[in-house]
Amino acid sequence: MSDQTFRISAGEALTAEKITEAGEKPTEAVANYALRLGDDALILAQRLGWWIARAPELEEDVALGNIALDQLGHARSFLSYAALAWDKTEDDLAYFRHEPEFVNLQLVEQPNGDFAATIARQFIISHFQFELYRRLVDSTDATLAAIAAKAVKEVDYHRDHATQWVLRLALGTEESRRRMIAGLGVMWPYVDEMFRDDELVESLGDVAVRPSLLRDDFDAVTGTVLAEAELEVPEGFVARGGGRDGIHTEFFGPMLAEMQVLARAHPEATW
Amino acid sequence: MSTPGTNDTEPWPLWEVFVRSSRGLSHLHAGSLHAPDAEMAVRNARDLYTRRNEGVSIWVVRSTDITTSDPDAKGAFFESPRGKEYRHASYYTESEGVKHL
Repeated sequence: MSDQTFRISAGEALTAEKITEAGEKPTEAVANYALRLGDDALILAQRLGWWIARAPELEEDVALGNIALDQLGHARSFLSYAALAWDKTEDDLAYFRHEPEFVNLQLVEQPNGDFAATIARQFIISHFQFELYRRLVDSTDATLAAIAAKAVKEVDYHRDHATQWVLRLALGTEESRRRMIAGLGVMWPYVDEMFRDDELVESLGDVAVRPSLLRDDFDAVTGTVLAEAELEVPEGFVARGGGRDGIHTEFFGPMLAEMQVLARAHPEATW
Repeated sequence: MSTPGTNDTEPWPLWEVFVRSSRGLSHLHAGSLHAPDAEMAVRNARDLYTRRNEGVSIWVVRSTDITTSDPDAKGAFFESPRGKEYRHASYYTESEGVKHL
């Protein structure tokens, strides 16, 4: 950008390092809540990272990579905050927990499948995260509110990206439409779990956002897009769920092993 | 010469990207990219050319919609102004009676 370069700076924003530095210890319950949101973002980032060098076009490769890195950024913030409660680090939580200790939604651990399946998962989770974060900015916990304020803008872009692709694949060729319908069919059974309230969320009051409150807006917004794409909202099979309690689908273990193997083989290695 | 984006290996057409870095400055050519349509081109441009806080506005235009000057006609197009100093303000001297110039 030649002579305009001097005008460009990274700008100020909340980072995981600043959260660690501030050292505001969350309560056990708040930490467990941050852990949920952090795990959603972390596992989604790991799944999306697979697409790097594999997306259908170089430009889409960069788009998915960007989204993965945004999610990793959110994960780092949430996990860094949670870690303070247990005198741990974000890396301890990401790399040295076992499968049942992860409390992410089962949706985000589902395999990438083809591009349409990944877009279907992305469409669901980014609309969910957007509805969640835009309410979490009013959390009575200042750190959670600040993380949400940064994340909501980025997730707003993620849902736009996914929406654009749902429309194009659904209204594109016969083959792209077939794949979009199949992708939504594979991912939609995991929608129900996202909106279940439980004891932890209820005990947190205005610190957390009750997932059940998000359902109407999620249905309305995704419903509008699906209608424009001339698609039906998938019905039928609902997955059992349990991700928030550490119950995961068969696909999670191998993914976790790949994510953690390097850190476990070389603990505390730096580069 | 084949038109970019129309061969078998590249199904998406080529777009030229212009980014404005702040208010008051003009859009500058940042580069080019492939995209299936204009809306996706703007989004791809956002991902490729504004990753480091470079922009507040993006324009995209199909590469094939840009008409360029002929590089072989450089002489006829661009050499004529040479030696025509009178086209520059500095060519003219200050008139005696003018006090505030």
